[in-house]
Amino acid sequence: MSRPSSSLFSAALIGPALLGALRKLDPRFMIRNPVMFVVEVVAALTTVLFVRDLLAGAGGLFFSGQIILWLWFTLIFANFAEALAEGRGKAQADSLRRTRTEITAKRLTGGGRAYETVPGTALKVGDVVLVEAGDLIPSDGEVIEGVASVNEAAITGESAPVIRESGGDRSAVTGGTQVLSDEIKVRITAAAGSTFVDRMIALVEGAARQKTPNEIALNILLAGLTIVFVFAVASIPSFASYAGGTIPLVVLVALFVTLIPTTIGALLSAIGIAGMDRLVRFNVLAMSGRAVEAAGDIDTLLLDKTGTITLGNRQATELRPVRGVSEQELADAAQLASLADETPEGRSIVVLAKERYGIRARDMASLNATFVPFTAQSRMSGVDLEGASIRKGAVDAVIAAASGQPAASRGSNAALAYLPAAETEIVAEIRAIAEAIAKAGGTPLAVAKDGRLLGVVALKDIVKGGIRERFAELRQMGIRTVMITGDNPMTAAAIAAEAGVDDFLAQATPEDKLALIRREQAEGKLVAMCGDGTNDAPALAQADVGVAMNTGTVAAREAGNMVDLDSDPTKLIKIVRIGKQLLMTRGALTTFSIANDVAKYFAIIPAMFLGLYPQLQALNVMGLASPQSAILSAIIFNALIIIALIPLALRGVTYRSVGAAALLRRNLLVYGLGGILVPFIGIKLIDLAVTAMHLA
Amino acid sequence: MTGIGWIQIALFCAVVLALVRPLGLYMTRVFAGERTLLSPVLAPLERGLYRLAGIDARHEQTWLGYGLAMLVFHALGFLLLYAILRLQEGLPLNPMGQAAVAPDLAFNTAASFVTNTNWQNYGGEGTLSYLSQMLGLTQQNFLSAATGIALAMALIRGFSRASAGTVGSFWVDLTRCTLYVLLPLCVGLTLFYVWQGIPQTLGAYVEATTLEGARQTIAVGPVASQVAVKMLGTNGGGLFNANAAHPFENPTALANFVQIVTIFALGAALTNVFGRMVGDERQGWAILSAMGALFLAGTAVTYWAESAGSPVLNGLGLTGGNMEGKEVRFGIVASALFAVVTTAASCGAVNSMHDSFTALGGMIPMINMQLGEIIVGGVGAGLYGMLVFVVVAIFVSGLMVGRTPEYLGKKIEAREVKMAMLAILCLPLMMLGLTAVATVVPAGLAGPANAGPHGFSEILYAFTSAAANNGSAFGGLTGNTPFYNTTLALGMLVGRFFVIIPALVIAGSLAAKRTVPASAGTFPTHGGLFVGLLVGVILIVGGLTFFPSLALGPIVEHLAGAAGQTFSTGG
Repeated sequence: MSRPSSSLFSAALIGPALLGALRKLDPRFMIRNPVMFVVEVVAALTTVLFVRDLLAGAGGLFFSGQIILWLWFTLIFANFAEALAEGRGKAQADSLRRTRTEITAKRLTGGGRAYETVPGTALKVGDVVLVEAGDLIPSDGEVIEGVASVNEAAITGESAPVIRESGGDRSAVTGGTQVLSDEIKVRITAAAGSTFVDRMIALVEGAARQKTPNEIALNILLAGLTIVFVFAVASIPSFASYAGGTIPLVVLVALFVTLIPTTIGALLSAIGIAGMDRLVRFNVLAMSGRAVEAAGDIDTLLLDKTGTITLGNRQATELRPVRGVSEQELADAAQLASLADETPEGRSIVVLAKERYGIRARDMASLNATFVPFTAQSRMSGVDLEGASIRKGAVDAVIAAASGQPAASRGSNAALAYLPAAETEIVAEIRAIAEAIAKAGGTPLAVAKDGRLLGVVALKDIVKGGIRERFAELRQMGIRTVMITGDNPMTAAAIAAEAGVDDFLAQATPEDKLALIRREQAEGKLVAMCGDGTNDAPALAQADVGVAMNTGTVAAREAGNMVDLDSDPTKLIKIVRIGKQLLMTRGALTTFSIANDVAKYFAIIPAMFLGLYPQLQALNVMGLASPQSAILSAIIFNALIIIALIPLALRGVTYRSVGAAALLRRNLLVYGLGGILVPFIGIKLIDLAVTAMHLA
Repeated sequence: MTGIGWIQIALFCAVVLALVRPLGLYMTRVFAGERTLLSPVLAPLERGLYRLAGIDARHEQTWLGYGLAMLVFHALGFLLLYAILRLQEGLPLNPMGQAAVAPDLAFNTAASFVTNTNWQNYGGEGTLSYLSQMLGLTQQNFLSAATGIALAMALIRGFSRASAGTVGSFWVDLTRCTLYVLLPLCVGLTLFYVWQGIPQTLGAYVEATTLEGARQTIAVGPVASQVAVKMLGTNGGGLFNANAAHPFENPTALANFVQIVTIFALGAALTNVFGRMVGDERQGWAILSAMGALFLAGTAVTYWAESAGSPVLNGLGLTGGNMEGKEVRFGIVASALFAVVTTAASCGAVNSMHDSFTALGGMIPMINMQLGEIIVGGVGAGLYGMLVFVVVAIFVSGLMVGRTPEYLGKKIEAREVKMAMLAILCLPLMMLGLTAVATVVPAGLAGPANAGPHGFSEILYAFTSAAANNGSAFGGLTGNTPFYNTTLALGMLVGRFFVIIPALVIAGSLAAKRTVPASAGTFPTHGGLFVGLLVGVILIVGGLTFFPSLALGPIVEHLAGAAGQTFSTGG
């Protein structure tokens, strides 16, 4: 479930983004982006010189005026990219804000139900409020009493109500959500301004965005490259004077600005904001950009078996009668025994009997049947019919019950069947079948009718459809999957093999989980997991990426560095992809930006030095019309490419799970080689246009 | 270009490649402190040296301790060399009575040899005493080479170790490199060169009477030993002014071939040491492949340009290769190959005059140096310079596989990127910055012998060679002036130590990191793809910066020549 996504360039977003782009020209803001700040400084300097020349009435200003204009466009385009990315987040933030209008809270005073009405903003951490049906929950908190159905559509977009109750793993409630039925007492865990929704708003708006480690490193690289090009350009006037000429300042500035990595410098923060935004669209809330980046680096994924790898409950998959009993007979008995059994296992037996053996559901009352419920002592359940009793349950319990049955109740044929030798034979057969089922990861249930062992029902965890392919995909990404389960090792191994996970942790306790994470991390690996219970909190905190389920406890939500609003454990896989996509987009645009320099040199160097050495016309491989048109085309290309790449920056480079080598080959081809070739074509086309319009 | 020429080039490559694994294995064992063939003889000597110096061989240093030891050692070495040069007149082993070296020249020469550059603003046989040559220069030839290798070891340990605080001991690396690697090889090579006819004597220069009856002084000296280490340690400072073009330094075709091979031998083998120490020899081969690709491309261009000859003369109908400034006994291919190898490897010894190469033929040696001497490079320096580029290449494109960039399991983060950029920055700053100064101040403009673009190339070549610690020169430049002595020395010192220190910081930072095990999602760094990427990044990040200067120097000279235009002094 995700909110309807706005298109990349909707008109409603562009207007404010353009305004934002101009507002962001403020140097105090620009200084956060070193590359673009440098562009602003040279743009301002050349503008001042231009005005001076203008006042002095100097000639030839049309050309330098255009260059300067394009310098400012470069800056505005860069700011526009960032403002647009922020704008998309803002649209989401606004819809969040609308849900959080003035909420009044019923703060409990003393014991009982006595309360005072206070504004939601006046609540402090530790206050206890009463929330009745129809009320909005005033702030984040933990249910300490009661159970209620809550509509969380405001934050998850999911309209179906969810149950929130005290104790257990579903006790956290979020401010701004609405109680639909019943009433709950909530202890407030977040002060006004720091609630979940507040943090969400801050994150999607980009206000709380801090630079991530990779972004910082990338900024250093870009700053370093900028300095290299300062040297390359600043030495040119001396070289020119040696050759007996001068180079106009505006041409030097044009060369400098086109060489420094403005493309990636302009788009870097937009990429980061868009990555965050993409997560939010998937209903995942990252507490920091660092966590999103770490998601791309994940080496090991810990996944809970139940709900992630298998469907929630075990189901009957097979009926295995002993020799001399038909499957149909076993199915009939098993179905009768399960008719009144409301457990998911019991229901699944009825379903299996119907689907595979065509046995319709029968009415218990018309059969005069009495249901014998499961007890911990008997470890069996079943029915007593007129003249027959059927039992199903743990293999040992059913065998014991069958052999201990008084002889009188047996039927006439049964006497033959229950000769001691035959009896042990059947028991042995039942045990063999049961063992085979257990080895295959299933749970055997023996069925006996009137003390006669009929066969075994195999209950199995049903591995979710398509999960095997998902794991294969993860393996291609270089991610190891570990299944966490409370099952015994034999069952766990069988399910692990069926689902295609790389490893499993059986009979796992919270301590085991924590130890496993630490062990993986000691090997230098980054670990991701998801969890919801309070006992998951230490492991969530220890993991590099800990995704807490929104349905989980407050402790779990605080410990994780992401919250999945849909509480879908398979979301982890998506999160990893988004993290990778974010890193890839940065890498691709950096490579593209740097590769662009080749063509720009070939456009500007011959143009710049043509007055000194006409022979350098030979380097004008693009055949650009004139030195001025060449320089102008390069700077125009440099500005327009930013606009052209905004969609890619916001959408992200598509991640394919094909393994790093294939991915690198593809991306190097597209963004490396493409980055070398595209500007040759682009600059040539712009040159044709510039010449046609007589701009130079 | 001829078939036999290409066969010579192929033979050279084959011999170098054949030496990579055995030398790599031997050096790996030496630096791991394991027993080697020579241990019975050298181990007691080694222990004695440590005892004498009060060094505990088991004590390892942090990157900071390692760096400080290296700097102190070099400061003292610099002072000693400077003192010897200034005082040589009164010191022993001065049969020719050479006078004290002038202060600016002594400063330049000391900087030159301490930094493994071996730029020679002096004429060896006319300026230096045997003591200066042997105790001053040859000593630094060994120690500056050993230092380069030691620092490469420190950086390799940064990659090969995990969660470690130390990167080795500078003293032990220096001692073991000198004792186990350089000295034995040099002894063998010296004997070989003596057999080939290179003199090795402490006697005075020989007086001879020519057939016409004129008296001639023939300079001799401890040449063979000097030649051995100047090539093996990529030093390049010859005993004679004419360097390897002099028949006493390079008497035969075989001696010439062995000299070129030894320039590359240790540098190429170090890539294998790297591979072995990080546990995957393929990683070493990948780096050597990137070096090899750049080397072959450079060789092809220079060989082609020299074979095609001067475009000006071609335009006048004089076809044939360019033999100006080349020894006839070596010819075009051996001269072109030597020029490319010596500049690729930061050696700087020359067997022909690079100044007289065609514009494009002479541009390749310049580019080799401008890239930072990473095409095999100076012993050790080439590897750590290359690894700095690897860090940048991995960071630029590693993100494209959707992970934080990693190399050999080490995450490349802000600190590594910062240091790598610092190391890369200092080369254009020195090469372009000092050239920019020299092309406008009168003292600088007085240097070049030629006008126009070629004069520009002479200045650019000098500062490029200095900052890259190469030491070869476009001979047309008059470098022995206070201006050039000082600025070139500055270039050499910055070009050496402002690369070494960032490389050491990277070593320390990497050693402290955990090693992430490789998976299918890890950027593969041993295949052709990585080699291509690395070459691309080297050319674009390291090379394009110099495009404007090359356009104004060799490129325009070539284009003008093709159009029949020449530039004359005062014209």
